[in-house]
Amino acid sequence: MIDEKFDAIVVGAGLAGNAAALTMAKRGVKVLQLERGEYSGSKNVQSAILSADLLEELIPDFRDDAPLERNLVEQRFWMMNDRSHIGLGYRFDAKRPTRYTVIRAHFDKWFSSKVKQAGAAVLCQTTATELARNRRGCVIGVRTDRQDGIIHADVVVLADGANGLLGARAGFRKAPKPDQVALAVKETHILPRKVVEDRLNLKGDGGVVIEAGGVIARGMTGIGFIYANKECISLGVACLLSELQKTGEIPYQLLDSFKRHPSIARLIDGSDVRDYSAHLIPKRGDKPAPRLRRSGWVAVGDAASLDGIVDFDSPSIAMISGRVAAEAVSGLKLRGDLTRAGGLSLYNKMLQMTLRESKKYEDMPGLLHADPQSFSLTYPQLVLKAMKNFTRGTPEADKSILRILPSPWSRTGGEPFRVPRVLR
Amino acid sequence: MHNVVCIKQVPDSAQIRVHPVTNTIMRQGVPTIINPYDLFALEAALELRDKFGGEITVVTMGPPSAEDSLRKALTFGAERAVLLTDRCFAGADTLATTYALATAIRKIGKDYGQPDLIFTGKQTIDGDTAQVGPGIAKRLQVMQLTYVVKIGALDLTARTIEAERRSEGGVQVLRTRLPCLITMLEATNQIRRGAMADALRAARAPIVKWSAQDAGVEDISKCGLKGSPTVVKRVFAPSARADKATLVEPSEEPAQALIDTIFKHQPKLEADLAALAGNV
Ligand SMILES: Cc1cc2nc3c(=O)[nH]c(=O)nc-3n(C[C@H](O)[C@H](O)[C@H](O)COP(=O)(O)OP(=O)(O)OC[C@H]3O[C@@H](n4cnc5c(N)ncnc54)[C@H](O)[C@@H]3O)c2cc1C
Repeated sequence: MIDEKFDAIVVGAGLAGNAAALTMAKRGVKVLQLERGEYSGSKNVQSAILSADLLEELIPDFRDDAPLERNLVEQRFWMMNDRSHIGLGYRFDAKRPTRYTVIRAHFDKWFSSKVKQAGAAVLCQTTATELARNRRGCVIGVRTDRQDGIIHADVVVLADGANGLLGARAGFRKAPKPDQVALAVKETHILPRKVVEDRLNLKGDGGVVIEAGGVIARGMTGIGFIYANKECISLGVACLLSELQKTGEIPYQLLDSFKRHPSIARLIDGSDVRDYSAHLIPKRGDKPAPRLRRSGWVAVGDAASLDGIVDFDSPSIAMISGRVAAEAVSGLKLRGDLTRAGGLSLYNKMLQMTLRESKKYEDMPGLLHADPQSFSLTYPQLVLKAMKNFTRGTPEADKSILRILPSPWSRTGGEPFRVPRVLR
Repeated sequence: MHNVVCIKQVPDSAQIRVHPVTNTIMRQGVPTIINPYDLFALEAALELRDKFGGEITVVTMGPPSAEDSLRKALTFGAERAVLLTDRCFAGADTLATTYALATAIRKIGKDYGQPDLIFTGKQTIDGDTAQVGPGIAKRLQVMQLTYVVKIGALDLTARTIEAERRSEGGVQVLRTRLPCLITMLEATNQIRRGAMADALRAARAPIVKWSAQDAGVEDISKCGLKGSPTVVKRVFAPSARADKATLVEPSEEPAQALIDTIFKHQPKLEADLAALAGNV
C-alpha cells in the first residue's frame, strides 16, 4: 500500500477532469490525477468548440501556446431533406475571437501539460477500478489496476466521462437509459488547408460550424454536425440510443449515408479519412439529475450527467463543472474542512449559480447539447431552434436574425420579432 | 550493478500517414512512443537489476518533449532519467548521435557510477539503421553483443557475461567481459507494468537535463547536422499497387478454374504458353 495521502484524486483527464485538477493544483491542493489512456486526449478523436472566456479564466495566457485550430466566424444551420437542404447562416465579425475549434487529442494533451505545470501528479495508463470506502460508506480513495494500487484522498473527483463506471459501480448513479444517451459517431477528413477554406468559404484562421437537423440519414431523425479545422473537416451524426434500438439502424451506416448526402459529399470529396469513433452524450432531458456529491466524492462533467439539472445546453458545462467543484474543494481545504462529510454540498449551490450566470461565456449551445427532444423535431421547430441558437451570444445577433429571415418563415413560429424571446 | 539503457522517442509508425496531395509525411498529431525495441532492452535491464540489485539510468537524446518517454521509462521502474537536449544536437545522423550519447554515458559513469552494461534496442523504427548501439560501443571501447535474444550467466566477480545471439542459420552462445554493450532483439521479453509506487515516483521525479556543454561535449562540430555526413536525398511514398485480388469460386476442377482465371486476366500469357507448347 502507498502511505502517501492526497487532498484530492481526480479520476479522468478529459475536459472536466483537467479543469478540476488544474484549478485545485493552482490553489495549493495536493492533487493526484489518474487517466486510463496513454495520455490525456489519447482516446479522444473529437473536435470541439471552446469558449475563449472560459479558457482565459482557467489559463490566462492560453493563446500563447494552446493548439487552437480556427476561431469561429460563422454558424450555419441546415435543415436536411433526402437530397437537399435549406440553410441559415449567421456570420459575425469577431474582432476578438470568442470561440475556438480544437482537436481534442491535441488540446487535451496541452491542457494536461498545464495541469502538470501547476503541480498535480498525473498518472496515465492507470485505471481507477473501484472507489475505496470506509465502514460508514465514505469514500476514502480509489483502487487502481496497478500493483499496490490503493491510494487515499480526502475527496475523489469523478471525471470519468459519460459511462461513469466508477460511480455506477459504487451505486452512486444509475447507468443511463437508452433514451437518456445519444450516440455520436464521427470521422475526421484530412484535406489541404486551401481546400477546406475554399469549400467552406473561409479566410485565414476563421472557422465555421454547421449543424444539420431533419432527415439526416435514411429517414431517421437526428443531428448532424460539421466542424472546420485547419486541415481537416470533422463530421458526424448523433441519434438517441433508444431511436437506434427502435429502428435497428447501425450507427456507422447512418454516418455513411450522411456523408453521401449531396450537400455533405462535396465538402469531403477526395479527403483522407483519419479516425472513426463513437462517443456517448448524456441526455437526461428534464429528468431528475443524479446526485452530484456525497461524503468524500463529487462528480463532474459527463460523469455527472449535468445536462438535466438546469436549463442549460452548453457544451462547456464539463469544464465549468470541473472548475466549480475544484473551487468548492479548494475552499474547504483552505478552511481545513476537507474531511468533514457533507461539506461538499457547496458544490451544488455554486454550480447552480455559475450556470445561471454563464451566459457570459457566449457559448454556442448547439443542438447536439440541447435537450433530447431536439433530436426529433419537425422542420418548423428546427427553424425556431436554430434561431434560438443564433440569437444567443453577441448582442447584435437579435438584429441580424431578422435580416436573414425571409417572410415565409415567420409563419412557422409566429411573429419573428418575438420568437427568440418567447423561447428563452 | 549500474546499467544504462538508451531509448529513443519515435513517431508511432503505425499511425504515420503520407499526405494524399503533397506526398509528404504528415508528422503533425502523430503520437510518439518509446522505440519498441528499446523496451526489450529496458526489460532485460530491469530483470538483471531485480536479480543482482543496483540501478538503471535511462538516457535519450532528443527534443524537450522526449521527457515524456523518459517518464514512461521511470514508470516501468528505472531509477534515473537523463535527457540530452540541445539545439546543436538537431539533425544528427548515427555518427553524430553516437558521439553525443557516448559522451553523455561517460558523464553518467562519472556522476552516478561506471556502468557494467549498456543497453540499446536492435534498431529504431524511424531510422532502421542498427548502427547506434555498435557505434556507442566502439566510441567507448567496450565489448558489444548485438541481436541478443537472451542473457545468460552473469558473473560480477569474474566480470563476464554470457548471451545468446541470433545469427543467420542459428543461435550463437557468446561470452565476453564487462563492461559491455548489448543490443536487444524483438520479442525477447515483455515490458512489465510498473507498480503504483513506481508510477507515482515517475510522475514527480525530476528529469536530469543536460545541454551539450553539461554532458561534456568538447567538439560541437561533431554534433547534430554539422557532424553528420549522411544526407537524405529524397523521401517518397511508394505508389500503391492497383491490382485487385480475385476470388476463385470453388469448383470440381480447382486447378482448371485457377488457370482459367489467370488466363482471363493475362490473355498474353496464354498465347505465350501455347506458343511455347507448340515449340516443344
Ligand atoms: C460529437 C461531440 C461533439 C462535442 N462537441 C463539443 C464542443 O464543441 N464543445 C465542448 O465543450 N464539448 C463538446 N462535446 C462534449 C464534450 O466532449 C464532453 O462534455 C466532455 O468531453 C466531457 O468531459 P469529461 O471530462 O466529463 O469526460 P471525457 O472527456 O469523456 O473524459 C473522461 C476521461 O476519463 C478517463 N477515464 C474513464 N474511466 C476511467 C477510469 N476508471 N480510470 C481512469 N480514467 C478513466 C477517460 O479515458 C477519459 O480521458 C462534444 C461531444 C460529442 C460526443
